[in-house]
Amino acid sequence: MQLDQILQYTLSGLSTGAIYALIGIGFSIIYNATGIINFAQGEFVMLGGLFTLTGLQLLHLPLWASVPFSITATTVIGILFERLAIRPLRQPTPLNLVIITIGCSILIRGLAMLFWGKDTHAIQSFSGDNPIAIGGATILPQHIWILVVTLIIIAINKFYFYHTISGKAMRACSYNRRAAGLVGIDVRRMVLFSFIISSAMGAVAGIIVAPLTMTAYDVGVMLGLKGFCAAIIGGMSSGISTVIGGLILGVLESLGAGLISSGYKDAIAFIILLLILFIRPQGLFGKADSERV
Amino acid sequence: MKKMSLLLSTVCMILISATVSFASGTVKIGALFAVTGPASFLGEPEKRTLELLVKEANAKGGINGTTLEAVIYDTGGDATKAVQLATKLIKDDKVSVIIGPSTTGESMAVIPVAEKWKIPLISCAAGIKITDPVKQWVFKTPANDHIAAGKILNYMAGKKQNNIALLTVTDGFGASGREQIKALAKQKGFNIVADEVYGPKDTDMTAQLTKIRGIKPDAIICWGTNPGPAVITKNVKQLGINTPLYMSHGVASKKYIELAGAASAEGVMLPAGKLAIYDALPKGDSQYKMLKEYDNSFKKTYGTEASTFGGYAYDAFLLVTNAIKKNGSTPEQIRAGVEQASKLVSISGVFTMTPKDHNGLDLSAFEMVKIVKGDWALLK
Repeated sequence: MQLDQILQYTLSGLSTGAIYALIGIGFSIIYNATGIINFAQGEFVMLGGLFTLTGLQLLHLPLWASVPFSITATTVIGILFERLAIRPLRQPTPLNLVIITIGCSILIRGLAMLFWGKDTHAIQSFSGDNPIAIGGATILPQHIWILVVTLIIIAINKFYFYHTISGKAMRACSYNRRAAGLVGIDVRRMVLFSFIISSAMGAVAGIIVAPLTMTAYDVGVMLGLKGFCAAIIGGMSSGISTVIGGLILGVLESLGAGLISSGYKDAIAFIILLLILFIRPQGLFGKADSERV
Repeated sequence: MKKMSLLLSTVCMILISATVSFASGTVKIGALFAVTGPASFLGEPEKRTLELLVKEANAKGGINGTTLEAVIYDTGGDATKAVQLATKLIKDDKVSVIIGPSTTGESMAVIPVAEKWKIPLISCAAGIKITDPVKQWVFKTPANDHIAAGKILNYMAGKKQNNIALLTVTDGFGASGREQIKALAKQKGFNIVADEVYGPKDTDMTAQLTKIRGIKPDAIICWGTNPGPAVITKNVKQLGINTPLYMSHGVASKKYIELAGAASAEGVMLPAGKLAIYDALPKGDSQYKMLKEYDNSFKKTYGTEASTFGGYAYDAFLLVTNAIKKNGSTPEQIRAGVEQASKLVSISGVFTMTPKDHNGLDLSAFEMVKIVKGDWALLK
């Protein structure tokens, strides 16, 4: 019995962790290209879920069409965000930029509240609600969607950053912006790209998680924070270590809630965050001066 | 020039005296609702309900010939702001009675103000602290949580379900429910075998439920407001738990069934205020007609279903107008009138106030219902 329980905690933790990982990677990509923490990342997740809802209910699109619609719409918002709020800044010090992202996240949340209302909305599961038994534990088909989509996105990411010109250019920006600019890389365009990629990824995370957790104008806050934790554990890398960071966070939360006390679930996440920041600010897997790609 | 100013001041005098004489024919009802902010799901329907009722009452010629005027302020769910606005209502707007605030925290903060200026306060918040102990000038319309809890436990006693697993949300509503259930369970001889909590924004409760599954209770009681309970309902289905699941009155709306999905919510039992389920009530029920009329006129005006929360403002309005009809419209007359309300049929229930009970509702305010095929079915 005890073993069953631990298996269930682990599986639940892995599927929540995969979401944290996706959101965390979104944080890291923008951080690496611009040096700022984009606190509006959680809002992209929220927009992903709510635009899908619009596609399904207002435009009466089928699910397979609502998903690309939602990703596109969220990406457009990401582009607007970069163009209207980040790029025009005359003195782009990191602190100014971070404060701008916080302001934008509040603005986006407020607009979403006006547009979609304050209610929570449900979205249908992609492939049914019949639980799948694994050992003594059960998961839903949606969990498998989450894990698979996360894996695919990580693979695409890896390919993009290591095997395409613009991906390599973005890595160059993260090593040294000025040097990248000197060798002819358009740094500003790379910043725009980073916003496009991370808003699209945020949207994907929001879409695949919405059938499980439901969606509302304010879901972005907590998910954003947890994703941020995952990114910190992973040392702000946009690769596998943030994924592992997310999974560790998800599993520890779930085990903590099950074995210790459910009251400390969020505390566990933030204690880990603080410990990492105090003891290993470069992340769990990073060398002291690690490459951050 | 001098003539001119004399003329102007005369005009002003006339205008002022005109307003004064006009004011003598109106009763000002102050209201504090959390129309924006985290508690806006309470404040918004409350505000809409009050506006609708005042309009309707005035269209019918007012109460005993006096017209009503509602002065509604938005507190944003903030206790400090609620206190400031309460003072403003009393001192500047000179209202005779205050309806609201929407939340327990705000109500507790406003109570001293109302008591100091001797203005009746009819809170729309559920916390038991508001009217226990009884305060001369303070009333509230939502039923106490322990009435809903009592309703569940009475039903469980009939089914011989003795071992309860609790799963409550870590906000004011959940904490109050948790305390009430624990106290009542002890009184009535139930065992609490698991006492788990979850955060209001949590998205996965399988960990807590796996633990509960391992303990094998006779029933699970979950106490929270959407979306948490909907997630829990889905998780219960996912984990294949067959233990009876009880929810609080906090999710007694179609929204909950929609969020959880009719398949997952099948068989969930909960105490519901009568407004949510009036379709399922026997036609002879004393509240049926009023519930139906309220829902219809709310739908017609605002395009959405009336909610239990708006009902709290309805109750308050009815208590006030009932008091004005009987006694008169000074604060003291309204206070006495509200306290004398007896078998007043309203939305949340049938109110019978006494000097010792400033809530006036009993177990009959709720009905136990079960979700069958995405709809409510009354449990006997």
